[in-house]
Amino acid sequence: MGESAVELNSVTKKFTSPEGNPVLAVDDMTLHIRDGEFFSFLGPSGCGKTTSLRLIAGFEQPTSGEVVIGGQAMGMTPPFQRPVNTVFQSYALFPHMNVAQNVAFGLEMKRTPKAEIHKRVSEALAMVRLPGMERRYPKQLSGGQQQRIALARALVNRPQVLLLDEPLGALDLKLRKEMQLELKTLQREVGITFVYVTHDQEEALTMSDRIAVMNTGKALQVGSPTEIYERPNRRFVADFIGETNFLPGTLLGCEHKHATIECDELRVVAETDRAPAPGTSVTVAVRPEKIRLHLEPVPNTPNCFAAQIEKVVYVGTDTHFLVRLSDKLTMRIRQQNLLSTPDPTAYFGGQTSVYVVWLPESAQVLVE
Amino acid sequence: MLKAIRERLSLQGLILISPTMFWLIVFLLVPLVLIVVISFGARGIYGNVEYTFNLDNYARLFDKGYASILWDSIWIALMTTVFCLLAGYPLSYYIARTHPVRRSLLMFLVLVPFWTNFLIRIYAWMIILRGEGVLNAVMTALGLMQGPGQWLFEQIQLYTPGAVLISMVYEFFPFMILPLYTSLEKLDPALLEAAADLGARPWRAFLRVTLPLSVPGIIAGSILVFIPAMGMFVVPDLIGGAKTVLVGNLIRNQFLTARDWPFGAAASMVLMLLTLGVTLIYTRTFGFGEELVP
Amino acid sequence: MSERARPGRGLTVYAIIAYTYLYLPIFFLILFSFNTSKFSVKMEGVTLKWYGDLFNDKAIWESTRNTLIVATTSTIVSTVIGTAAAISLQRYNFRGKGFSEATLYIPVIIPEVVMGIALLAFFGQTGFTLGLPTIIIAHIAFSIPFVALTVRARLQGMDRAVEEAAMDLGANEVVTFWRITLPLIMPGVLSGALLAFTLSLDDYIITLFTAGPGSTTLPLRVFSMLKQAVTPKVNALSSLWILVILIVLVASQRLGARKT
Repeated sequence: MGESAVELNSVTKKFTSPEGNPVLAVDDMTLHIRDGEFFSFLGPSGCGKTTSLRLIAGFEQPTSGEVVIGGQAMGMTPPFQRPVNTVFQSYALFPHMNVAQNVAFGLEMKRTPKAEIHKRVSEALAMVRLPGMERRYPKQLSGGQQQRIALARALVNRPQVLLLDEPLGALDLKLRKEMQLELKTLQREVGITFVYVTHDQEEALTMSDRIAVMNTGKALQVGSPTEIYERPNRRFVADFIGETNFLPGTLLGCEHKHATIECDELRVVAETDRAPAPGTSVTVAVRPEKIRLHLEPVPNTPNCFAAQIEKVVYVGTDTHFLVRLSDKLTMRIRQQNLLSTPDPTAYFGGQTSVYVVWLPESAQVLVE
Repeated sequence: MLKAIRERLSLQGLILISPTMFWLIVFLLVPLVLIVVISFGARGIYGNVEYTFNLDNYARLFDKGYASILWDSIWIALMTTVFCLLAGYPLSYYIARTHPVRRSLLMFLVLVPFWTNFLIRIYAWMIILRGEGVLNAVMTALGLMQGPGQWLFEQIQLYTPGAVLISMVYEFFPFMILPLYTSLEKLDPALLEAAADLGARPWRAFLRVTLPLSVPGIIAGSILVFIPAMGMFVVPDLIGGAKTVLVGNLIRNQFLTARDWPFGAAASMVLMLLTLGVTLIYTRTFGFGEELVP
Repeated sequence: MSERARPGRGLTVYAIIAYTYLYLPIFFLILFSFNTSKFSVKMEGVTLKWYGDLFNDKAIWESTRNTLIVATTSTIVSTVIGTAAAISLQRYNFRGKGFSEATLYIPVIIPEVVMGIALLAFFGQTGFTLGLPTIIIAHIAFSIPFVALTVRARLQGMDRAVEEAAMDLGANEVVTFWRITLPLIMPGVLSGALLAFTLSLDDYIITLFTAGPGSTTLPLRVFSMLKQAVTPKVNALSSLWILVILIVLVASQRLGARKT
């Protein structure tokens, strides 16, 4: 992982809505994507992730700012002159050409000699595990096969960067999971930079080296999957990725990395990198799987609170609980079903009064 | 820099459409403007146009003799539309309700006769409606040529307004059928099932559900028939004989025989305005619906 | 429509009557083209005399030749121009786009007689002699919008991602158009061309006003035959015409089915 494969420097993209209002699809974004990494843009619909990808590909031009690929500023360079290739969401295979002609198209544009085209097409098809499909037409292929042909068509050109726009969206769950692993393996083998767009957080967490979580045109947090998941820097990220409990409160004080917060008369201890001033309104974020249920209070532990169980949902691998700590505070808890038993009350002995415990390291302090 | 791309794109668009615009401006818009100008002119002694400015031609049009021509045209166009609707609706309904596989075949069969030249179709009706034509022969053979039968024949034989109406309806039939069929085919059968479930008998369901929902098709079909029917002159010429003179015939005569171009131009203007008026009312109320494009 | 909601008997009877109304005139037309008797409604005998007369009629051959020249020329020109217009309107924004779109619709809504006389007046006042060229000019004028509408419909249904994919793979705008866009809209272009050809072949009214003395087309010829002495020769001509159209129809259906 050396220099940057792709740089977005203060890139803004403004559109005009049909009613005439300006819309900021991408808002002053600065990002450096490293050479050889699997980088994902993650966010809800309309957050600007696809626009960001199109800015790199050249289908959109920035309103301001600069797109740099492989150290070269792209400026107004049109897509057909950029060293990147795209795998489209709808695959966009040419319906009037067969598989071989589709895959060969990019090489044809570069005036590659016929013999070499032939060789590289076979290699590309072998790489996506669809050898011998040269004569087939796109409409004769299944969704998964079409997707892999689209991939071959892009990769055969050995681009510096491969752009993928939600390529697995149209596949069924099982196929999608298979393809996720295949894509990740392929990326490792081929070694080029992958820039991936998705709204599926599990997908992003599974495949990426780094993720940019986006909303309303901004990259809110950029980091590895563990960083994003365990150390979200704001409420949106904590909420969008996985499930989180949010406890609003007031900061009482900070000591080393531990902060004490008063949430509805409960004293909560959490971890923080920053040191906000006492009296600041903060939110404590705790993920459901980090909380344990106990029947008796645990002595000498911060964050041990009495609670009432309000709901229990059995989901096979886990049991989910909804517990109430006070009039205003409820929390969701997820516990793995380690015992094999048909008795739904086995984990808390049928009692509704319990104690919840979590470690300060498992709780984040979020300041908005 | 961004402006440069947008301008470059606009330029491409302009280049692509310029041949069309050139052709249509020179050979459509300019001639039409010319007609407007001529309509205010006067006929010279040798049949040429004198470019003055007067409203005589328009005044002449609304003179009793010619005003009735205008009225007749509107009336025939209206009657054609009504009969096309009455005759076409049940057929469209029938096709829309048959098995989906057979529907396109049935529609195709409706359209096949209209792929022939329309003069051929008019001639075919001349054969049938002639004094000694097919209709006469059939009715005589069936012994219907007396009393009411005779009277009916005389209403619709060649060279009567009745004959003109029958031929016009035939000519414009597909223009009514297509939008009607499109509209009826889109009807969700679940709606009729819901009506039945709520206690409506078939007739009521038709009146309260099907008919109102097919109104866009009815309107579109009516427009597609009424507008061209107003300008039609070939049918009245061949089938109506000298007795039936409509606006189209009037215009044609002024330009080809009587050589009174200004008068003909004025008549054309009136026809155009009527046409545009109806079109505008339709698009203002309903927009450019897909039903309008067969 | 649900399976159970079949049309009732009454409707079916009506449908049969309606189809009879549609086909009966044509049936008699063709029938009498073989009639030995000139006027009688009764089939006196079967003969091919009238078809023979037709083949020997020089005027008919000349009209046919003229019709084909006009139709072919106007189809080619209007298809090229109309396709360009469709692409322009569908893909680009430019000053005067609204005006262009409105102008394109005029030949579609205007009564044919008005367009005919307007062209007559124009040619007359500008000194164009009436003849085949003026007919062709007129035919191109009314065909362009139909081609443009047809091609545009096809363009609207096209997935633009394939064009972006081509550019992504290194094809510039021109190459993308020739290799990707054009092949994909070709069925629409051919439909438009067929439409233009048919409109030209059939046209009477506008041709009436823009034709010169030596440039009769088939429809004009038929009309004068109808006005003068009507013999079954007209029937024969009509029957042949119907046959040709049917062949063209079936051929284009087959071609269309194979391409898609």
